[in-house]
Amino acid sequence: MSPEVVRPFPDSEEMEISFGPQHPATHGVLRVMVKLDGEKIIEAKPIIGYLHRGTEKIFERETYNGAIPHTDRLDYTAAATNNQGLVGAVERLMGITVPPRAAYIRMMLAELQRIASHIIWLGTHALDIGAQTPFFYTFQEREKILDLYEEYCGARLTLNCMRVGGQPFDLPAGWTDRCREFIDQFPARVAEWEGLLTNNRIWKQRTIGVGVISAADAIEWGLTGPPLRGSGVRWDIRKVFPYDHYDEVEFEVPTGAHGDTYDRYLVRMEEMRQSVRIVRQCLDRIPDGPVLAKVPKVIKPPKGEIYFSVEGPKGELGYYIVSNGEATPHRLHVRPACFINLQALPEMVRGYLVADLIAVIGTLDIVLGEIDR
Amino acid sequence: MADEPKVAPQEPAAPKPPWEEKPVPPVPADAREHPQVAEIAALVPDAVADAVSFAGQVTVVVPAARLADVCRACKDKLDYKFLVDLTAVDWKERAEGRFDVVYWMHRHGKSQRLRLKVRIADGVELPSVTGIWKVANWMEREVFDMFGIYFGGHPNLERILTWEGFNGHPLRKDFPIEGIDTGAAIYPDVYPPGGGPKKEGGEPA
Amino acid sequence: MGLIEDRFEPNILLTSYDTIFNWARRSSVWPLQFGLACCAIEMMAAMDPRYDLSRFGMEVFRGTPRQADLMLVAGTVTEKMAPIVKRLYDQMAEPKWVLAMGSCATCGGPYRTYAVTQGVDRLVPVDVYVPGCPPRPEALIYGLMQLQRKIDRMTIAKKAS
Repeated sequence: MSPEVVRPFPDSEEMEISFGPQHPATHGVLRVMVKLDGEKIIEAKPIIGYLHRGTEKIFERETYNGAIPHTDRLDYTAAATNNQGLVGAVERLMGITVPPRAAYIRMMLAELQRIASHIIWLGTHALDIGAQTPFFYTFQEREKILDLYEEYCGARLTLNCMRVGGQPFDLPAGWTDRCREFIDQFPARVAEWEGLLTNNRIWKQRTIGVGVISAADAIEWGLTGPPLRGSGVRWDIRKVFPYDHYDEVEFEVPTGAHGDTYDRYLVRMEEMRQSVRIVRQCLDRIPDGPVLAKVPKVIKPPKGEIYFSVEGPKGELGYYIVSNGEATPHRLHVRPACFINLQALPEMVRGYLVADLIAVIGTLDIVLGEIDR
Repeated sequence: MADEPKVAPQEPAAPKPPWEEKPVPPVPADAREHPQVAEIAALVPDAVADAVSFAGQVTVVVPAARLADVCRACKDKLDYKFLVDLTAVDWKERAEGRFDVVYWMHRHGKSQRLRLKVRIADGVELPSVTGIWKVANWMEREVFDMFGIYFGGHPNLERILTWEGFNGHPLRKDFPIEGIDTGAAIYPDVYPPGGGPKKEGGEPA
Repeated sequence: MGLIEDRFEPNILLTSYDTIFNWARRSSVWPLQFGLACCAIEMMAAMDPRYDLSRFGMEVFRGTPRQADLMLVAGTVTEKMAPIVKRLYDQMAEPKWVLAMGSCATCGGPYRTYAVTQGVDRLVPVDVYVPGCPPRPEALIYGLMQLQRKIDRMTIAKKAS
């Protein structure tokens, strides 16, 4: 529950400050109009749209495979899961079954992407709160993951690493060895970062009890991903509606108890460890075989509509496709996790201090590319 | 004449895995008897105008007049507490109404999802569901911004992704992608001679 | 600086002044943290230990334009954001430079739509363009080195009219 807004002086004036859109801590072009009484926040209103590029309109004139690079740029910190959502939706619309080798490659790319996205979250969240060191430690590991991606598909950030029906390329020679080398040394790195932050007095004072949201409120506001799991709701699309071969690998879904920033931090650190577990199992179990199913040259789904979602690092990322039988979609709507998560921001900061606003924006882990599309 | 060599009987070919066969797309089926649809029909009279099941997902077409009752019943009595998505589709020139407004709901207990669809004409106002699901606030603002569909009873129905004073509703089919008086529509393809904007004094920067 | 700039015709006595001032300016360019979209992540990657921007003296990203020399426009400039880009440019003090990073800042990128300004040079004068989608950190560093070469050509003498 947020602390009560107590006004000590009855004639104190409210200040309205525009926080953003250019601000080092807003993770992009987010503007928050904050009504302040001294340092206490009375009301915070996010204003978005500063990165609205018209992606959904562009989708209506692109082919399905041609739309994949545009999905990279939605949640630009986690391109692989964006791609996975779109190709998964089109495959279900057409009844395509993906070969198991391709599905395992997809799982590995997605879990590595989850680790990379959480690394950006950790570096920038700590930087916002004032801890400058973790940024450099974490990004060094991220470079190793980006090396693996670059070897596979040629790109570091905007991957375009999946196609409708499977994967464009098979794993290059030696990729699995390098991947295994990375995940063998990674848990020690996570332990190092936890050593910097988890029991740090300053970190705990800045994050425990900040931005609390209860489980019922979290479901009411439609939160998904770590903000929901931090409040105690054990809900993950990979367990509830499994896709690819997530039902064949063992992993746990971490949850928090109190719904504050510290719990969300612990949830994401544990998710990184669970992702390592998944990648290790995939490397052990990946079968041989083709990587692309037999799909027609021009992808023309039948008339109909479908919604398919994946568990991205930010939450439930969904794609709603309405097809009228042509090679371009009639409507391709993205259900963005960050857009819905950000809507709960006013609830989470009412009554807290201005510095807590920064902590809460960081803990919601928003990416404006997905919010504004 | 030598005997014809005996041909061994052919074994039946092993079935090919599904990714080596041509994909079989799903077909739509009528879903009025589907349990999720029957529940709604039992609670709210005249709620179900049509119901289709396609690719494992059930869509119920609801008349606009019964929308508020159906949503209230789904949230309170049928446990669809999570509104996953609210969006619209523009079917230009269609007899039943130009727009489809789509509500995609989830219930945690049975892990089931259901789609509600409302067909409305241009200019018709729909009741807002922000009183039912708080999360619908920004979703309805986005539908208003992109399609121009008004929601009655919404606390602050303003543009959310485009800016104040933006002319038009971008995701309508008659809106050109390059814009009307913004964006790519107003910038000439050819730069003025000498390049872009100049520093003071008339020299190129 | 204002007292001695633009007063003298180009002559040999000013060359050592130019060398010193240009060396000081190019070695401590302080960028404005203006990450808009995906290129911002590669800008952050240019700061990380592997591609170290610190060796150029550029790791001090300022939050406010009043303390910054270089506006690193990294990402798509939308029409909604355009007045703010112009306002920030106006708030920077001379000498100031603009580097357009990525193809969205250069020319609108893949987004030829109703909401995207087709290149930040429609708003502010750009000194260096770094193409790419997103450009690798090495490409950004190459662009910054080109900017350093441009700074080396500055002079406090009167410019030819």
